Parts: sequence; structure tokens; C-alpha cells
Amino acid sequence: MTDIGLPASVEAIRRVREDPHRLGHRPHGPDEPVEGTGQGGTGPAHKRILVGYGFWIFLLSDIVVFSCFFAAFAVQRDAIAGGPTIAQIVDIRRVGFETAALLLSSYTCMLSFAATNVRNLLWTQVFLVLTGLLGLVFVLLELQEFVELIGRGITPQRSGMLTSFFGLVGLHGLHVTAGGVWLATMMAQVQVKGFRREIVHRLICFNLFWHALDIVWIGIFTIVYLLGSGA
Amino acid sequence: MFGKLNLSAIPLSQPIPLITSMIVILLVVGVLVLVTVKKWWPYLWHEWITSVDHKRIGIMYCLLGVLMLVRGFADAIMMRTQQAMAIEAPGYLPPEHYNQIFTAHGTIMILFGAMPLVLGFMNFLVPLQLGVRDVAFPTFNSVGFWLTASGALLVNVSLFIGEFARTGWLPYPPLSETTYTPGVGVDYYLWAVQISGVGTLITGINIVTTVLKMRCRGMSYLRMPVFCWTALASCMLIVAVFPILTATLAMLTLDRYVGWHYFTNTAGGNPMMFVNLIWAWGHPEVYILVLPAFGIFSEIFPTFSGKPLFGYRSMVAATLFICVVSMMVWLHHFFTMGAGAAVNTFFGISSSVIAVGTGVKIYNWIFTMYGGRVRFETPMLWSMGFIFTFIIGGLTGVLLAVPPADFLTHNSMFLVAHFHNVIVGGVVFAVFAGVEFWFPKAFGFRLHQGLGKAAFWFAFIGFWVTFAPLYVLGLMGMTRRLQHINFPEWRPLLYVSVVGVGILVLGVISQVMQLVVSIRDREKLRDVTGDPWDGRSLEWATPSPPPFFNFAVMPNVEGEEAYWGIKLRAVETQQLSPEPEYEPIEMPVNSAVGIYTAFFAAVFGFAMIWYIWWLAIVALVAAYAGFAMFAWRDVHEFEVPVEEVARVDRARRAAREIFLTQLARREALP
Amino acid sequence: MLPLKISGLQRLARILALPLPIVVAGCSGGVLDPAGPVGADDATILIDATAIMLAIVIPTLVLAYWIAWRYRASNSKAEYLPYWSYSGRIEAVVWSIPILTIMFIGGVIWIGSFRLDPFKPLPSKNPPLEVQVVSLDWKWLFIYPKQGIATVNQLVVPAGTPVHFSITSASVFNAFFIPRLGSMIYAMPGMVSQLNLQADRPGNLWGTSAQFSGDGFSDMQFQVKSVSAADFEGWALKAGATGPRLDRAAYESLMRQTQRVVPSTYRAIDPQLFDAIASQKIAPGPGPQPGNPEHAGREISTGGKD
Repeated sequence: MTDIGLPASVEAIRRVREDPHRLGHRPHGPDEPVEGTGQGGTGPAHKRILVGYGFWIFLLSDIVVFSCFFAAFAVQRDAIAGGPTIAQIVDIRRVGFETAALLLSSYTCMLSFAATNVRNLLWTQVFLVLTGLLGLVFVLLELQEFVELIGRGITPQRSGMLTSFFGLVGLHGLHVTAGGVWLATMMAQVQVKGFRREIVHRLICFNLFWHALDIVWIGIFTIVYLLGSGA
Repeated sequence: MFGKLNLSAIPLSQPIPLITSMIVILLVVGVLVLVTVKKWWPYLWHEWITSVDHKRIGIMYCLLGVLMLVRGFADAIMMRTQQAMAIEAPGYLPPEHYNQIFTAHGTIMILFGAMPLVLGFMNFLVPLQLGVRDVAFPTFNSVGFWLTASGALLVNVSLFIGEFARTGWLPYPPLSETTYTPGVGVDYYLWAVQISGVGTLITGINIVTTVLKMRCRGMSYLRMPVFCWTALASCMLIVAVFPILTATLAMLTLDRYVGWHYFTNTAGGNPMMFVNLIWAWGHPEVYILVLPAFGIFSEIFPTFSGKPLFGYRSMVAATLFICVVSMMVWLHHFFTMGAGAAVNTFFGISSSVIAVGTGVKIYNWIFTMYGGRVRFETPMLWSMGFIFTFIIGGLTGVLLAVPPADFLTHNSMFLVAHFHNVIVGGVVFAVFAGVEFWFPKAFGFRLHQGLGKAAFWFAFIGFWVTFAPLYVLGLMGMTRRLQHINFPEWRPLLYVSVVGVGILVLGVISQVMQLVVSIRDREKLRDVTGDPWDGRSLEWATPSPPPFFNFAVMPNVEGEEAYWGIKLRAVETQQLSPEPEYEPIEMPVNSAVGIYTAFFAAVFGFAMIWYIWWLAIVALVAAYAGFAMFAWRDVHEFEVPVEEVARVDRARRAAREIFLTQLARREALP
Repeated sequence: MLPLKISGLQRLARILALPLPIVVAGCSGGVLDPAGPVGADDATILIDATAIMLAIVIPTLVLAYWIAWRYRASNSKAEYLPYWSYSGRIEAVVWSIPILTIMFIGGVIWIGSFRLDPFKPLPSKNPPLEVQVVSLDWKWLFIYPKQGIATVNQLVVPAGTPVHFSITSASVFNAFFIPRLGSMIYAMPGMVSQLNLQADRPGNLWGTSAQFSGDGFSDMQFQVKSVSAADFEGWALKAGATGPRLDRAAYESLMRQTQRVVPSTYRAIDPQLFDAIASQKIAPGPGPQPGNPEHAGREISTGGKD
């Protein structure tokens, strides 16, 4: 599907008709051939699409893991075994700060990717640092919550409800922590190697990951904390 | 320092595991010594261990699967003989050992035997059939394989260090909680399955991305071979349900290690939740296994009938139908848990509805043969055996889908006979059919036909002689997993079953002999043309074995059955298509990240099993460091020079010229 | 070898008849030889479903092998249709046959599941006998609350009277199953399942656990004796006159893991016992104890426990 010397306007129309969502087109340059999209019969897609697509599928599988933990929480919500109820352990104020930190970190993550798109190393790094710091705030607040609860004798070993509470919230916190480690590695890579193709692909994946964690957090604070405190 | 590990972990007082372990260790050491003495390490390292070539990885998956199939079969021999010998007698396997054997048998056969074989076939075939050079993420593919191998290693290590789980292949709590099973057995299971589950998920993601986003030009969805559709459906299922397994086993691990209460008996734990979650994975898992098996038969029937697959679109529809509905039937594994009539009815009906998809497929295969010229070579024999065996297995499956009938036969030998009927008749027969079919493509020489046919007949007859009595025993009330039998009236049937196992052993021996004889005679059996069976899909357009870049120039597909059209046109015009313009090809470099990560994953698993915390942390850090080092590499592709591409392809074209004259004269194909 | 004089059809008939003794053997003493109405209904459904499926399966198998044989490559008389791969008519039939079959089976499933719901009481002019069942490692405890007695590994029921079982477990999952009386149901800790069965005639049956529960699982069978109503009263009175009492201490010793337990009876019970077990006021069984020689385990270390 290379350009075949048609007038520019006809060529433009042909591209749109055959690739209406412009999946095969990126501004790599005016002389770049039209790429395959992987769909239909146009040939394999570009590596950038493959990486993003594959990572999306991984994220979907990760969300399935989370949904199992959500399901466990739903089942065990009332299995308090004589211990505290969910309403007695949720702290809405702290959760509010955690949410603000995480949502803001998603915003700074997006800003860093905007900087990556224009290949600006300084602002990429600045916003990545901010993302990491906000993520760190989130994790520290969550750790503080756990430490407080355990200090009051409210441990996951106490009841089924507490097990699934700590499990679900903890799993998310673990993902954020892993994301933080990945973030640090990416910052080092970008600094040393610059915006090479694979590194940009990995930044795309990191962005997807970070935003997905945000979506999961919205599920958690709604189902666990908001519904829990209202109960 | 060594956690729970001490010398008492070695089964010095138990002769059977001790002797088996010694033999296995001697064999492994023997192989390692042989490889070292013959100086094969560089070849193995560069060509296989660090390979990111989907064909090599597919072959290694299949090799792992076959080895584990043999180990699982050995367990099966022990189980059948124990039951035959332990009628009002203790037998030769005490309960604590027998219970490990049937647990290991199920775990190994499904997760380390059948799964790797199916993954291996998908890895090997999908890029070739789609006309592309590799899967979407080749290096990741290598990581996935080696992680699966790590899991298999851990399971086998449990034979001589410690013990394996004794709970059955799905470790239901509360039995699998530390209260009732405090040893390391369940922990071995948990870590082995978790680690290999990650490997499987990687293949799932890889194949889905490859099928959806990486096909050669002209290969629209409805021009893909049906095997690729079944691979897609199977891998979509993998992506959707293996995370459930990961999550559920993680919850059980937390229960066991830190005393949480997901599934415990007390303090708000819910064992029924485990049953639901694990079967929400477990049922789609068997469809993950059987859909590619159906795909294999969808390739074999048309090829050996000499005509296209009947009803391509309804095959695709049936595949996707089965894929979706398989996620809605899991409760049929525990109708007897008392969910009530309404719930049981829903799941009973949905389980029967799946039979619609399967029935359509079977009719389509039958009508593929209609109007054909059917050649009964070995792959077709396996396919005909599959038709009979799988249909009966499906019949008993629909019976079990009727809750009142299930109330009589749940967990009985009737159930055992049913699932072996469908898994052996479906998946194992498909694997052997596929091996006979694609072996020439993978290795460049054909398999000896006579021994292959003998192996089939032994397997087919042996299967029925082994499992038909089990159906009857189930109806007589015999439940599964009995270490000894208190009912002498069951003796004759149990003896017949052991005779069947003996016939199966003959089948295994025939299969091994076929391999040995074929390797010995490989020059005589050489596949010169690359198309020994008059194939119809793109893998038969390549030489045998294909060059590492698969296609010198990626094909431009113009119809269904891409290769068949090309072949017909060539035969008609008596000339090959004109020599294409060769270009240099970029291929990924090999990488050791797969085996490196898997090694530390195995160490991590072992450390966690034995509570050696410092080692677990070291292994985790080392695995991450390895990954980071790999991510730091500068070179990840190399260019194949155009001269080499041209040379390889011109050799292929020369062989095809000769083949063309043969086809024109309609010579009987060897 | 069969003499050549016998026709092919006769030879086929003889070969097909070979498994008959086995099939007949399978029909007696098991689930296809029911001794009660629930078992009879379950077995009828099993056989009906088999018949429906065979009606489809046998023609399909015949079709498959006939077509394979007729279109074999060496048969030059059969037409070769190298491009024939679609027929709307055949597709319509091929989709309809499984759909219709499954609709049939679906009807059987729907009606059967509701009629044979284990929780549903059986219609009878006799009031049901209440039996409470506790699965332990590795034996069955039967408590007769009205009669005030209990038994281990022995179930005695009056013939012709429905029996209402309340089932729980004091350790791990088990399944309460009397093959000739019909439906089984899981015994689960912390929960009470219910089952309604009836033995029509006096006789000796047996029951078992149908869910693997550990090292002593193979011996978790129990005697089932169905006797006349009068004999049942007599037995209950006799059991209430001799033997130990099932008090907390006796129950504690039952909770320890033992195998191959001989049937026995208890002459008196604590009426709160079953509820206490089911609600887990009495904690479930303790599992393997290293000091217990019956615990049959070579567990590699106890993982931090004891």
C-alpha cells in the first residue's frame, strides 16, 4: 500500500477511505509509505501499534485479577466474624487525599507524555518526577492507613472482610509501588538513551498502566470506601 | 538459614519416590554430561535456549509437553495398578503417597502436558499460517516458555525434595488450608502453577496481538485458516481467565502463608468462593485446550480429503460461540453444592448449549469428507478415532449437564471416564494427529507411517479398554480418588482397566519407536519439497524446516486457502510465480532474558516454598535486574543481508520447480 | 476364532453382545438400581437423556464413518467435488439438529432440576424422619434429634418414610451420597445443606463420601439399613439403652482424625450439638496432629503450625 504517484488530493482521499481511523498513519514524515494497520488485509501493523495493543490486552487481564479481588470483597463484605465492620474502618478524609494525589499524578503523567511527543527531555523528566512523587504520597498515605489499623488490632487475620479489604486495597497499592519502580527505571532509561523508539513504546505502556491504576482506584474508593462508609 | 528445608525433606524412607528420583537424577545428569562431552552447549545455547524464533519455542513447548505427558502417564499407571491391587487390601501405595500421585497426575497432565503442547502448536503454526515472520513479541515469547518450564521443574523437584500436594489437582479449601494440609505440598503446587500461569498468559497476549494485528497482506479475517481462529479464541480465553487462576491461587497463598481468611473454615472465610473462582477459570481452561485441538482437525480433514473445509463461516461462528459460552457454564462442576434449582437449571442449559457449537463442527468435518478423496494416512486415522471418541465423550458430558443425573454421578468414576474421554479423545488425539501432520514441516523429514498407525491403534483400543469399565464402575457407585477399594464386586472391571493401560503402554512404545526409527532413517524420509501432504495453507509454502525468517517475501494473499490458490495457478501455468525482489530482512536477536528470568523465578518459587526468605528476595531482585539489563540493550534487531535471503529462497524455488513437474504428472505423493 | 460359516451379521451381533454381561453388572447395585423414589427419578432422567443423545449420536457416527468409507481415495466410483464447501440447506440442518436436541435436553434439565431439588421435601403421608449428618475426619456422624440417639458410620431408616437430612461438616468438604437412594449433596463446614431421600423397601445399602477429604477418605463409607417402621422403633429404643453418651468429650474424641472407624451408636445426645457444629460455635476439627499415629501424614514440617 505504498503511494503510487496519484495526485495529492486523490491520495489523501484514498488514505482516508481505506484507513478511516488513521491507524496506519503517523506524522513520521510526508514521504513515509502508508503503513498496514493489521486489520483487514493491509499487512502487519507498525511495532508501535503492536506494543500498545499487546499492553492493553495485558491491562485487561490485570483488571480481571482485580475483579476477582473485588468479587471476593463483595462476597466477604459482611463476614466480620465478630470484628469491626467496614464502616468502622474506612477513613474518608484520608481516602480523599489519596484520590487527589493519584488523580493528579495521572494528570502529570499525561503532561509528561505530551512532552515526550514533542521530544522535550526536560519536561518529560519533570512531569515524570512529579508523577512519581504524587504516587509516593499515595502509597505512604495508604501505608499509614494500614499501620494505624494494624496498631488498633484490626488485622487481615481477624476476619474474612478484613482479609478481602486489605487484599484488594493492598493489591492496588502493590501495583502503584511496582509502577513507581518502573517509573524510576524509565526515567533513568530516557535520561541515558534519549527518545529511542523502544523507549517511547515503553513510555506509552507506562502511561497506559498508570491511567489504568487510576481507573481501578476509582472503583476501589467507590465500592470499598464510599459504599462502605455509607453502609 | 534454610527455612523449613532440612534433610528430612528427602524421601529416604520411601522406596518408590526415592528410586524414581535417583533414576531421574541419573538421567538428567547423564544428558548434561553427554551434551558437555559432545560440546553441544554452544549450539544448544545459541540455537535453542536463547532463541526467540517462534518455531523453536513452539518445538520446545511441545517437547516439554511430551515429557510431562510421559510423567503423567507413569502416575496413571501407578493409580490404575494400585486400585486393581488394593481391593480389600492395602495395595503398594499408602494414602499419603497415592494422594500425591493423583494430584500430580491431574496437575501435570493438564497444566504441564496438554497446555504446553497446545501452546507449542499455536506458537509454531500461527505466524506461518498468517504469512508473517514471527509473533508480535518474540522475546517475550521466550520468557513465557521458560517460565512454564520453571513451573514444570518445581513440580518435578517435589518428587525428591519434600512432597507434592495431596488435595486433588484443584486444591479445594478447607482441605488445602494449613489446618488440614500443613506441609509444603500445596505450596509446591501453588508456586509451580502461578509461575507457569504467567508464562501461559504471555503466550495468550502474544497470539491475540499477532492474529489481530499482524497478518500478511490480503489475509483478512475471513481468509485466515480455521486453526488461527481457534488459536485466537483459545488465547482470548487465556487472557480472560488465567488472571482468575492467578488471583485465586494468590488468595490461597495468602491464606496459607500469612493466615488470612479468604477460604478458611472459620473467621469469615468462604470455601465455596474458592470453588466458584477456580472453576470460573477451570472450565474455560478445558476449552483453551480443546479449541486449538478442533483447529488442528480443521486443518487435517480438508488436507486429507482433498477439498476445502465445509462451512468455513459457520466454523468460525461456532468457534466464537464456544469461546463465549464456555465462560457461562462453570457451575456444572458443582451442581451438588446446593445452589438451588433455578441456578442449576441455568447452568445446566448453558452447558448443554455448548454442545450446539461442537455438534456443528463435527458435522462440518463430516461434510468436508463428503465429495472428497479421503486418504487414511496417520493424521487422518487419529482424526477418525477422535470423531468416535469425542462424540461419546460429549454425549456423557451432556448427561452430566443434567443436574439430576449429575446428582448420581458427580465425582464418580463416570465423571473421570467422561473427562478423560473428551480430553484424551479431543486434545491428546489432536496433538498426536498434529505431530504426525506437522513433524515434517518442523524437522524436515517424515515419520515412519507403519509405526505411527500401530501407535494409533494401540492408543485407540487401549483408551477404550481402560476407560469404558470406568463408566460402568461410576454407575455402580464407585467414587473417584479411592486409595483402596472395599467392594470386591468391582474387581473384574478394575482388572480390565489395567489391561487397557497395558495396551496404552504399547502405544507409547510404538510412538517412541516411530521417532527413533524415523530419526535413524531420516535421509530416506527427507521432505524435499516442503509440502508432503498436498497442503492448503501457507505453512506448506515454506521449505521444511522453514528458514528462520519464514518467508523471503511476505505473501500477498488473494483468497481463502492462500497456498492452495498459489499451487493451483503454478500447476496450471507450469511455472512458479516470477522471482520476487529480495530485500534485507530485520529479525530480532536472540536473548537470554527468558532463561535468566525463569531461572530466578524457579529459585524464587523454591525459596518461597521452603520459607527461605532471604533467597526469595535475592531471586526477585536478580530477576528484576536481569529484566532491567535486558531493557538496557542497544541492539535488538539484526539485518539479514539480501544475498542470504536470495540464496535461501532460490534453493526453495529450485525444489519447487521439481515439485511442480511431479504435481503436473499427478504423481502419488510420498 | 469364529467359524467361517457364521454370517458377518451374526459375527457382529456376537461381538456387540460381548460387553453385555458387564453392562448388566453395571445395572445392579448401583445408581441404575434405585431403591427409592428420588433415585428412581434421577435414574430415569439419566436414561432418558442418554436415549435422547443416542438418537442423535448413533446416526451421526454412522454418517461419519459411512462418508469416510465411501469417499476413500481408492473408491473411484464416488464423485469428487473438489470445490464443494458450502450448502445452505446442510448448514440449516446442521445447526438445527443440535439446537433441537438441546432444547429437548433443556426441557429435561428444567423440569428435572426443580422436581428433584435436594431441598424439596418428598410428598408422603408419613411425617419425615429428621436426621442430622456431620462429616468428620474420616467418618460420618448421624444424629437422630427426635429419638435422642446418634450413630457413627451407620444409618438406619424406616422404609417407606421420607428422611430429611440436615448436613454439615466438622472439617473439610465431603459429599453425602447413598448411590441407590439417589441425589448426593455436599457437606460443608459452617453451612447446612439439606437432602430428602426415601428408601422404598427394607434392605441393606451403603453410602459414601463423594468428595475427596484427605488420607482416610477411602474408608468413609457407611452402612445404610432400611427396616420396617416397627423395627426402626425397636432399634432406636435399643440404641438409646446402651452405649456411651455423645457429650462434648465424646465429640472431641470424634473430631480427632481417625480412619476405618467401626460403626457404633450413642445412647444420648446434646440437642444443641448439631447447631453448635453447624454454626461453628464448636470449632471445626483440628486436622492432622503429629502425635496422632493415625494421621498418616509425612508432612514436611508443619509450616509454622504446632
